Amino acid sequence: MNPNLHLWLIPVLPLIGAAINGLFGRRFSRAAVTSVALLFCGAAFAMALWVVSQFFYLTMPHTEFLAAWIRAGSFQADFAFYLDQLSLVMLLVVTGVGFLIHIYSVGYMWEEGGFYRFFAYMNLFMFFMLTLVLASNYLLMFIGWEGVGLASYLLIGFWFTKDSAASAGKKAFIVNRIGDFGFLIALFLLIQHFGSLDFTTVFQSVAPLSSESSGAGLLTTIALLLLLGACGKSAQIPLYVWLPDAMEGPTPVSALIHAATMVTAGVYMISRSHVIFERAPTALTVVAIIGTLTALFAASIGVVQTDIKKVLAYSTISQLGYMFMACGVAAFSAGIFHLMTHAFFKGLLFLAAGSVIHGLSGEQDMRRMGGLRKKIPWTFWTMTAATFAIAGIFPFAGFFSKDEILWRAYQANWIYWLIGVFTAFLTSFYMFRLWFMTFFGEYRGGLETSQRHQIAADHSGAGAPAPHEHEHGHGGIHESPKVMLIPLVILAVLSVCGGWIGVPGSLGGNNQFDKFLGPVFRSTAPDVNLNHTASGEATQPEKQPEGEEPKTGHGTELIFTGISLAVAFSGLFLAWLFYLRRPLLPQQIAHALGGFYNTVLHKYYVDEIYATLFVKPLVDGSRAVLWHGIDQGVIDAAVDGSADGARDVSDTVRHMQSGNVRSYAGWVAVGAAALIAYMIWVAFR
Amino acid sequence: MLHLILFSVFGLICAAAAVNLLVQSHPINSALSLVVVMGSLAVEYLLLGAEFVAAVQVIVYAGAIMVLFVFVIMLLNAGKEERTKGSRVSLFIGIPGVTIGSVLMAWVLITHSGTRSVEAGALPGDPRQIAQLLFHQFLLPFEVTSILVLIAIMGAVVLAARPEALQPTEEKN
Amino acid sequence: MVPLSYYLVLSGFLFACGVTGFLIKRNIITIFMSIELMLNGVNLSFVAFAAQWHALSGQVFVFFVMVVAAAEAAVGLAIIIAVYRTRETLNVDRVNLLKL
Repeated sequence: MNPNLHLWLIPVLPLIGAAINGLFGRRFSRAAVTSVALLFCGAAFAMALWVVSQFFYLTMPHTEFLAAWIRAGSFQADFAFYLDQLSLVMLLVVTGVGFLIHIYSVGYMWEEGGFYRFFAYMNLFMFFMLTLVLASNYLLMFIGWEGVGLASYLLIGFWFTKDSAASAGKKAFIVNRIGDFGFLIALFLLIQHFGSLDFTTVFQSVAPLSSESSGAGLLTTIALLLLLGACGKSAQIPLYVWLPDAMEGPTPVSALIHAATMVTAGVYMISRSHVIFERAPTALTVVAIIGTLTALFAASIGVVQTDIKKVLAYSTISQLGYMFMACGVAAFSAGIFHLMTHAFFKGLLFLAAGSVIHGLSGEQDMRRMGGLRKKIPWTFWTMTAATFAIAGIFPFAGFFSKDEILWRAYQANWIYWLIGVFTAFLTSFYMFRLWFMTFFGEYRGGLETSQRHQIAADHSGAGAPAPHEHEHGHGGIHESPKVMLIPLVILAVLSVCGGWIGVPGSLGGNNQFDKFLGPVFRSTAPDVNLNHTASGEATQPEKQPEGEEPKTGHGTELIFTGISLAVAFSGLFLAWLFYLRRPLLPQQIAHALGGFYNTVLHKYYVDEIYATLFVKPLVDGSRAVLWHGIDQGVIDAAVDGSADGARDVSDTVRHMQSGNVRSYAGWVAVGAAALIAYMIWVAFR
Repeated sequence: MLHLILFSVFGLICAAAAVNLLVQSHPINSALSLVVVMGSLAVEYLLLGAEFVAAVQVIVYAGAIMVLFVFVIMLLNAGKEERTKGSRVSLFIGIPGVTIGSVLMAWVLITHSGTRSVEAGALPGDPRQIAQLLFHQFLLPFEVTSILVLIAIMGAVVLAARPEALQPTEEKN
Repeated sequence: MVPLSYYLVLSGFLFACGVTGFLIKRNIITIFMSIELMLNGVNLSFVAFAAQWHALSGQVFVFFVMVVAAAEAAVGLAIIIAVYRTRETLNVDRVNLLKL
């Protein structure tokens, strides 16, 4: 039996909330706006929970048809929804974390202007994200894909009167579009070769195809193009540059969109298309390489950042790199597992950072923080949970997910593992650096516990805080209100316990998560050898079908687990050394490294390179050719020219109307002569 | 032979008077030249045997219309023409135009009118036959032209009347 | 026996003189007289052709032309009088208010 769960309601409920708040919210009180937003978002979450309760009565995969959309000859795309274990996980993450962040935002944005607009955009984002996750064909998913890009743009540029925020929104949208271009071409190829964009149809058509061993086959092309789209959305090399700038938006936006949900859309899409990717090993390798490099690259930049949100932004890019690495070695469920735990601890990190910023009335520069753990204890403890989770320390959530990724990466190629472990070290280091700089030591900022209205707006730094961010002088450092703290606590609990459903066999667990997602990824995996060893190694390729734990090799796995833990703790120790024990050490090392340090500090000058290579020529070319040349020179000139021409012609001709009777007579005579000549010519032809 | 001589003589008078009309600067002189033209044309009609038309020409054209012209010239006290800056168009485009047109027409007429000649008195100028035509076949044009003349009379009276003469008469107290 | 073409040449000459007078004369009345000259030229050609074809309807047509010429002359002169009253001039170059 296949009951109709009315899945379409899940995206539509936040849409209704967005419509109400968007159209009428200007006149509502804040309480009314809050109620509408939370009601509809909460309703979506409640429905998601209900779907979970009904889940085990469904046949997999469960599709629901809502309405016909495109029927063009043999091509068909409908408003239809798709539910399987993967969608269920994503659904719960998006609605659950989204709902918590909505609650948090009520407190965070309470003093801001445009309150109703914020919640309208947030609900709109939820609508698009849920459409993306529940779509049953690529076209509907693309609508959600584009829509979350739009919502991201609207929310990043929420304080649009600020130049940097508006530019950041534009940058995010434009860089996303470059990825979307790849996505679109992939869709076109899918339509051309498989005649449909429906998941079931496409995957059934692709499944019998054999794996492409050489580079440039159809599936490889499609997969690489899909990867381009995913890079744009999930901020991987080369399209990651928008994410650090996106920190201009309010912190709940960073938490929801740029940590927990939107940026994971790329990972979700790749996992959903695993059937295609598994048959294009070259593409998978590219995915893994990009993921690994991005993880390392972003982590290295995160080490030197001084703005608390920027550190977390680069951390997000780095963790997404891990997820891509996992997908690249066909460990899709490991990637999704990390996606889920990452949503918990990164969302928590951002929210807690927002709480810190709120408590410091807008300060974001870590060099002016310190010693806050006694003053904002709830924030401190929740952030601690998140920091330990992301560093990958047992038994927090991040430990299990990251470890599984590293183990699976090792089985594909030890280089991935090595870089992954080093990145884990960097991750631990910069996260604990953040932890120590913010909560320990001496308070280095300007605020005091007494009344002090110093606003941080005139501080320069790696990320000047928005003038809007909390310019209320509550006076001194204060803890956030309960409405902000409760989501922090819930997420902290999840960060601690969230990994326990994925405990691997080597540690005595059952890895229920892997088993749960097994049916999604197992049934269609081809017979492919994933082992790309660099040189002939002695280790036998272990086929790792999803959902099954190898009964052998636990020893090696435990050793690697130990290495990961050691690495995490060494990062903690080093951070303690540098930022608590001997705080002058970082400066000395920075001086010693000189030019290299400077390069990393300037984010390897990637933005500048892009500006010179792509942006400037494009802008100049548009200005010179398209604007001056074509728009002004051709189109405007044609219109103006035809008007001028008409005017000139009539100017000349009007001299005929001189009012002089004799000239009229002259014209008549000429006309008569012409007519006579013509008639004579006709007669004598 | 006589026909040809008479034609030439009166033709030359006609042409000379027409040129004189152009050359004279005082309109009264032009009017009198026009009378000469009409007179000589009447003789030409007689040569062709159209006595009725010749008579009507003299009575109506030369006798009534030209009198009207002279009358108006004297009423308006028209003097010599002043030289005003005329229209360049009429001089430089019109004159060549009319020259070309007339040359073309003349060429066509001369080369294609055949070698037939017209005898003197070729037309039966019997008024009775003309009347027959006028009141039988051309009855409708005849009646229409009578209405036309009526309208012309009314129009001329209204147009030429003095403005105050057209005001409604004032209340006599 | 005069060839028809002689009559037609004379008629054309009269017509050309009439057009030329229309173009180069400045006095309105003289221009009107040129128009009458044109009409006369046309009349002559009508009668000449009627004589050649031995058709009386040519003469009748001349009759009508004359009637129309008379009506037109009457009305035209009345207009000239009215124009003279307002513009105080008989010079056609001065009656040029209707220009663009």
